[in-house]
Amino acid sequence: MIDLTNINILPWLVPVGPLLAFAIIILITNRSKMVPATDKHEYGGHHPDYDGMTVPVVTPLSRVLSITVGLSGIIASLAIAWTIAGAATNFNGVFGQEVFAHSVEWLATGTTALRMGVMIDPLNTLMLIMVPLAVLCIFIYSIGYMAHDPRQSRFFSLISLFASAMLTLVVADNLLLMFVGWEIMGLCSYMLIGFWFEKDSAYKAAVKAFTTTRVADVIMFLGIVYLYSLTGTLNFRDILYNPEVLEKLGSTPALLFTGMTASSLIGVFLIIGTVGKSAQFPLHVWLPDAMEGPTPVSAMIHAAAMVSAGVYAVIRMYPLFEVGAHPHEGLMNTPLMVLTIIGGFTALFAATIAVAQNDVKKVLAYSTISQLGFMIAALGVGAYVAAAFHLITHAFFKALLFMASGSVIHAMEHGEHHVHDHGHDDDDEDEDHAHGAIAHAIEAHSHDSHAHDAHDSHGHDAHGAHVDHGHEDAHTGHKFDPQDMMNMGGLSKRIPVTFITFVIGGLSLAGFPLITAGFWSKDEILAEAWTGAAKGFGPHAFVFFMLAAAAFLTAFYTARQLCLTFLGEARTEEAKHAGLGGPSNVISITMQLPLIILAFFAVVAGFVGVPSDFPVLGGIFSPSHPWFSHFVENALVEPGPHPVFNWIPLLTSFAVAGGGLFLGWWMYGRKPLKAGEPDPLVNILGPMHNVLKNKYYFDELYAIIFIKPAQAISKATGDFIDKGIIDGILHAIATAFRFTGDLIKTFNLWLIDGFGDSIGQGIGWVGSRLRFVQTGRVQNYLLMVVFFALVLGLIFIASAGTAAN
Amino acid sequence: MGARFAGQDAANRAFLRGDGWVMVVGGLTPQAIAFGFFTILTLGGACGVVLNKNLVRGAVWLIVSLFGIAGMFVLLSAPFLAAVQVMVYIGAIGILFTFAVMLTRSMTNLRQRFTAQWWSALIVVGMLFVFLMVSVIVPVWGGVAPELAGEVVATTTDLGAALVDGNQFVLPFEVASLLLTAAMIGAIVIARQHEEE
Amino acid sequence: MVPLWMYLAVAAALFCLGTYTVLSRKNAVAVLMGVELMLNAVNLNLVAFWRFQSPLNMAGQAFTAFVLVVAAAEAAVGLAIIISMYRSRRSVTVDDVDMLRW
Repeated sequence: MIDLTNINILPWLVPVGPLLAFAIIILITNRSKMVPATDKHEYGGHHPDYDGMTVPVVTPLSRVLSITVGLSGIIASLAIAWTIAGAATNFNGVFGQEVFAHSVEWLATGTTALRMGVMIDPLNTLMLIMVPLAVLCIFIYSIGYMAHDPRQSRFFSLISLFASAMLTLVVADNLLLMFVGWEIMGLCSYMLIGFWFEKDSAYKAAVKAFTTTRVADVIMFLGIVYLYSLTGTLNFRDILYNPEVLEKLGSTPALLFTGMTASSLIGVFLIIGTVGKSAQFPLHVWLPDAMEGPTPVSAMIHAAAMVSAGVYAVIRMYPLFEVGAHPHEGLMNTPLMVLTIIGGFTALFAATIAVAQNDVKKVLAYSTISQLGFMIAALGVGAYVAAAFHLITHAFFKALLFMASGSVIHAMEHGEHHVHDHGHDDDDEDEDHAHGAIAHAIEAHSHDSHAHDAHDSHGHDAHGAHVDHGHEDAHTGHKFDPQDMMNMGGLSKRIPVTFITFVIGGLSLAGFPLITAGFWSKDEILAEAWTGAAKGFGPHAFVFFMLAAAAFLTAFYTARQLCLTFLGEARTEEAKHAGLGGPSNVISITMQLPLIILAFFAVVAGFVGVPSDFPVLGGIFSPSHPWFSHFVENALVEPGPHPVFNWIPLLTSFAVAGGGLFLGWWMYGRKPLKAGEPDPLVNILGPMHNVLKNKYYFDELYAIIFIKPAQAISKATGDFIDKGIIDGILHAIATAFRFTGDLIKTFNLWLIDGFGDSIGQGIGWVGSRLRFVQTGRVQNYLLMVVFFALVLGLIFIASAGTAAN
Repeated sequence: MGARFAGQDAANRAFLRGDGWVMVVGGLTPQAIAFGFFTILTLGGACGVVLNKNLVRGAVWLIVSLFGIAGMFVLLSAPFLAAVQVMVYIGAIGILFTFAVMLTRSMTNLRQRFTAQWWSALIVVGMLFVFLMVSVIVPVWGGVAPELAGEVVATTTDLGAALVDGNQFVLPFEVASLLLTAAMIGAIVIARQHEEE
Repeated sequence: MVPLWMYLAVAAALFCLGTYTVLSRKNAVAVLMGVELMLNAVNLNLVAFWRFQSPLNMAGQAFTAFVLVVAAAEAAVGLAIIISMYRSRRSVTVDDVDMLRW
């Protein structure tokens, strides 16, 4: 029997809630009715193919049921997860040396068996606190965001599946189960990024995401297989918490590249998996395109779940990567070097691209890539705790930022509908103030309540799926992109709650000193890196400088984003009328509540990790030890040394964050851009700006190197082997058979029919000749009679004669 | 094959002996002369029947032939039959033929007597005669001596008695009369003129 | 005495002549005349055999008498048919009666 009071069993139940929600929604509550397709129905772009057809739209009852079921699933999961987390954090003893674990025998293989199970150790616990909370916030947000989507039941089921997969990955106790969750998330990312599948760019982005991560996943799986073949187990505790196994892995030469040890090769392969999943260079190309999905999906993929999974995997397998190296003493091995270089490089690389992006979500996308680079680089230099810390805080503020940007886009679209429907009068500018003529008041009132109708009637394609989309402005005829920051401005007055939360999130991202979570986690990474750099270790120094530069750029582009979006005057008519339709609107509540919750965590979450030796604040928050480090480090067999407090990394953090923010404000916020003014960065950077804007032309490069040759090979193979050889053989066989058939048929015709026909004809011919015997004249007959009688007589006599002889 | 006819054995033996045909020829007696005369009558009349151009004359030739036969019957000690032959055949059938010739306006001067197959018929019939003579008559009965024809013969009285004797030929006799009746009626029916409708 | 075979020879000759008449004469009446000749040849045969083989057995003569009767009847009916045929088609040529040809 399942004993729910047994804390070891409980982790099994964590992914069950959303999984059941997925099944129930998909199988039972997802009901649609068919209606004729019109402009009124939001799809990912009104598809001309739908004209004259009926299309399915989710029924209101189905919607309510699906939302209820989905919410119940995730809340149940949250409850169980936090119960476990509570038990873990209040554990009597050193949690980490002892863990909550339970496994079942899954595949009996002779004398041993492959076991599947769950394990909660300090690292998991953190994820169990963060992931369900973030997913719940996203869920609530998407209730409002997807309110007018005709396929939203499917959306909620997919999000539930996504959450279930992530939670499976989190509670897994072995690599295989983790990989299962990994792959299911890959599938869900495909389905969700391509959620508005009528849009070309959406489904292409989905395919791109899936194939890019798949390439990485295959290599990761090779690593897993190799690991299993060497150790006979995939259980984390058995491998990672077990010095003998690690020793053995560290001394076996690898199968390929025999210069490396087995642990290095496995490590590199697993890292490649993370490079794909967490969008590090060179497999980063899918993440910006994944913005085609709805904003809650972006939040989920790029903050709470998928990319976090990649980093979580690396953190989890860190003891394996550390075999044969002592990063804290400057001794590096191959996996750690790979982590360092890729992480550091990606961090700066992505930050430079983000600087030149105009799409509000693209900036956040590249920011995610950059921040993941931070975490990876931190692991490379051995900052285990710092990486985990940054993972948690990043999840909070990045999810917040994505959802807030979704809110901004929603508001911009609303403004767009307003302009589109109501014309271009100046009168409309004041209509929100609703003073003056009653007509104005009525119009304002109807405008507010009309808001969503107008909004709905226009087509849902603008919700997040924006790359080349724009509504024709009826008056000027140019396409309007509600996601383009150049079209925004002055939104701080129009959407105040969003503005405040966005600012909090942005500051956290930038690492605003002392009061944001992002600062504490980033500072810890820099501190660790500096500790090593100060001792003269090259990789650490590399990491320190790259991350510092990236942090500077992060602060800069964040400030740029904030200023362009919110400060100054609205640069377009649409921005002037942007808004979420009033504070009491249900949709706006569901969209703004999560923002507030996450903003809270974006500030507060940092305080659990204040280093003890931090001046002043260390004494307040972490009297004996920083709770976070103390808790997490027990996940390792030998926790690494704490970085000693040093002013240099702290001042560097202050400098880069403050400097970047200041520079951004100075360029964009002091004198906010007016409509039509170009971005000052273009002049400063010159041609470099174009390069950055086009993401260093990596997509084009990959197209030339990988995609076009693959297509060419595929086409050639198809034409030559498939059509040419295989079809050729089949056609040849068919032709041979036909030829034989014709041959036999001819032979048949000639011989058999000939024979048969000739018999008939012969008889007929004989008959036609013989018939002349029948003359009808008796005398002729009589002659015959006499003659033959004579013959008979002769025969008779002859035989009588011979017989007598 | 056992001996079926008197003399058969002798003939067979003769044949087998390789004697060839045995043709017994009697002496030239008045009987033989009469026989020759009647033979000429018979066969000549028959030839007349075959070859006549004028059917009436043909009928007369038929009568002549029938007369010859009657004579033969006399020579063969069957006087009653000879009388009957004359009365019935010549008196009735001959006249019948004559009437038929007249009634059917068969030409008195036929341009074409024979059909197209007259020569093949001639060959066949010739072969038939030769065959009969050579293979049948002479070998089998060629050696039958004329003396064997016994002196004691049945008389007309015996024939009359046989014809009405219940153990002998009364039944065929009665049936024959029925036959004649039927034939008579049939001939009348067939040959009468049908009334115009 | 004339030997048997001579009678038989005459009868055979008569028979063959009668057969020739039947087979080759165009006129139907002539054909019937040939039939009479054949029948007479048969009669002659019968009587000859009776006289030479079993002169005491009346069967020979009786048979001959019956043959004669039948011949008469047949001649009568045959001629009646010929007359009827003549009436309906004005011809007594045997060749013209060929409706059963192919």
